[in-house]
Amino acid sequence: MKLLLKGGRVIDPASKIDARMDVYIEDGKIAGCGKDIKASPGARVVDLTGMIVTPGLIDMHVHLREPGLEYKETIATGCQAAVAGGFTSIACMPNTSPVNDNHSITEFIRRKAVEAGLANVYPIGAISIGSEGRQLTEFWDLREAGAVALSDDGKPVMDAALMRRAMEYSYSLGLPVIQHCEDKNLSAGGLMNEGYYATILGLPGIPAIAEDVMVGRDILIAEYTRTRIHIAHVSTAGAVRLIRDARKRGLNVTAETAPHYFTLTDESLQNYDTNYKVSPPLRCAADVAAIKEGLADGTLDAIACDHAPHGRTDKEVEFEYAANGISGLETSLGLSLNLVHDGVVTWSELIAKMSRNPARILNLRKGTLAPGSDADITVINPELTWTVDVKAFHSRGKNSPFHGRKMKGRAVLTIVGGDIKFDGLATRS
Amino acid sequence: MKLGKKDILGIQDMSVDEINLILETAESFLEISTRDIKKVPTLRGKSIINLFYEASTRTRTSFEIAGKRLSADTINISASTSSVTKGETLIDTARTLEAMNPDIVVIRHSAAGAPHLLAGLVKQSIINAGDGAHEHPSQALLDMMTIQEKKGKLAGLKVAIVGDILHSRVARSNIYGLSKMGAQVVVAGPATMLPRDIEQMGIKAYTKLEEAITDADVVMMLRIQLERQKQNIFPSLREYAQCYCLNRTNIKLAKQDVIVMHPGPINRGVEISPDIADDPDCSVILDQVNKGVAVRMALLYLLTGGNE
Repeated sequence: MKLLLKGGRVIDPASKIDARMDVYIEDGKIAGCGKDIKASPGARVVDLTGMIVTPGLIDMHVHLREPGLEYKETIATGCQAAVAGGFTSIACMPNTSPVNDNHSITEFIRRKAVEAGLANVYPIGAISIGSEGRQLTEFWDLREAGAVALSDDGKPVMDAALMRRAMEYSYSLGLPVIQHCEDKNLSAGGLMNEGYYATILGLPGIPAIAEDVMVGRDILIAEYTRTRIHIAHVSTAGAVRLIRDARKRGLNVTAETAPHYFTLTDESLQNYDTNYKVSPPLRCAADVAAIKEGLADGTLDAIACDHAPHGRTDKEVEFEYAANGISGLETSLGLSLNLVHDGVVTWSELIAKMSRNPARILNLRKGTLAPGSDADITVINPELTWTVDVKAFHSRGKNSPFHGRKMKGRAVLTIVGGDIKFDGLATRS
Repeated sequence: MKLGKKDILGIQDMSVDEINLILETAESFLEISTRDIKKVPTLRGKSIINLFYEASTRTRTSFEIAGKRLSADTINISASTSSVTKGETLIDTARTLEAMNPDIVVIRHSAAGAPHLLAGLVKQSIINAGDGAHEHPSQALLDMMTIQEKKGKLAGLKVAIVGDILHSRVARSNIYGLSKMGAQVVVAGPATMLPRDIEQMGIKAYTKLEEAITDADVVMMLRIQLERQKQNIFPSLREYAQCYCLNRTNIKLAKQDVIVMHPGPINRGVEISPDIADDPDCSVILDQVNKGVAVRMALLYLLTGGNE
């Protein structure tokens, strides 16, 4: 199939391109980028005047729930949500049931993704068997099966010695370790950010230092072992400062944050709406400001939404018993575009954080429109205004605190391997 | 004037006028409990469900007596005897009860926000009888009624609340209520019992009992729960009592006519020395219990459309 995308503003940070040009796709690859490319016979021509054409967006931190928790999401519905949200590649965390801690589950996830035939799905294997924090999984075998990284996301590795061994062993295999930084002793029993709002709501607090202490610990382990660490969903000012300092000292530390951490504060929890319950918890205004600074100065490499779909039964309960998480794939780009609208980052910086940077962290040959690359492309209508409606989500998870929120800018065409997987070009404001 | 709300969820969202209305209404009900026949027909034909997900003797009994003295039919459901143990969710329980058309559901729950969840779902009036460490509005109202009776006013008084502020819904409701009514509230406890940013509620926090109770008109001591020791909130009851027990010596720092309160049940010798707790010159602990019935009668009456 041949496809010619005409007249869009092409932003490809990896090639340092930001200009109005055409993109030509042939046999699933980028055949060329340039001015006034002539359509070859049989090519479908799409006029993208006024649109933004970027490398396919990558979300390096999602939960697809399959195997085991299909009532929340399946790999197929998660992939539908991904392409509808503009994502051509996603990396899924291993906290399924059973946990993805072995070759066969990793293979199963990849097979299901191929059957779904929508987005590229990259499984992340567990660090420890059952993510129980005791015994290492077979890292080499997981990599052979297709795992691109290792993490016990949601169940942080509390044992520092185990974390050290995991980082040493994985480094030699070229697999990044991703840590959900939370000291479980400091956060024990906590339900929301510790501070004024937790105090008046009478909810047990999770202090910012629960995150900071573990970020600091893992940076020290990475430094000592001369390896690397990737910090997941950074939510605190303290963590941003620690990561920034580590980077200044030349350490191999990378980090991501999620849209809710630069959009919402703990003030939103005042009516006990469980859609605002996430882990780590929504922090205070000073943390939100620090996250934006970290995004602006490059301390935070990537934006990943921590897509955490849940069923109604998981959320329609007392706050204390409600599950953590936001179904985020279909709002991530819209919320992140606010960073551009508000002048926090440039277009090129935002696209880098949502394509090239996560590709680099996960060693994926993705995130660029250079000739010869896989034709994974996202087309964004930057002027399209729309309102979030969870009933229209492709994801099974309708748990979003952003329901009813006005957005500006939306993915209108998602192309994976040269094929159009989502077409919303006809959508009007 | 009538109460312009469907539910009583907390003191935070209550106006001064509403607090005054409730206290005045309660005042008029006080006399009923002193009669030989302690019953008036005011709420005849109304049904009130006491839905208690957490153990409680005095609050549940107080609500039950309040309902009965107004001739309402009161039904008690406690977590141990209900379908909760069979795994029914709060929402399903609420919808089931709603279908039986009670007029008021009084709920006590260990999870903060549970009454709010209920209030948003059912058409009946919800009274929060204590939710986690969040609010306990009827307790704060009876405390304010007791203080007002003893001191003739609330505005301008200094009220010291001492103990485990972190886990106390009584403290939070009283901080809101007393501050709204013009009293000056201070709290005291070991740093581990003071919630973060508590002073942003417009009060002063101390770690020394003596500093907090100096020149106080009212000293309110909170119950210490032994299980907090396991969480290292405090090292031992012995040490707690040595630093925070109100006794004959430290009470001299307060105003001479200080009154001493406690929401109960008391750990004698831990929060308050027995001779202070039993001293009729300063202890108003049993007055609080007495006012509790009147305040709850007022809440039930106002929510079922009394005063219209």
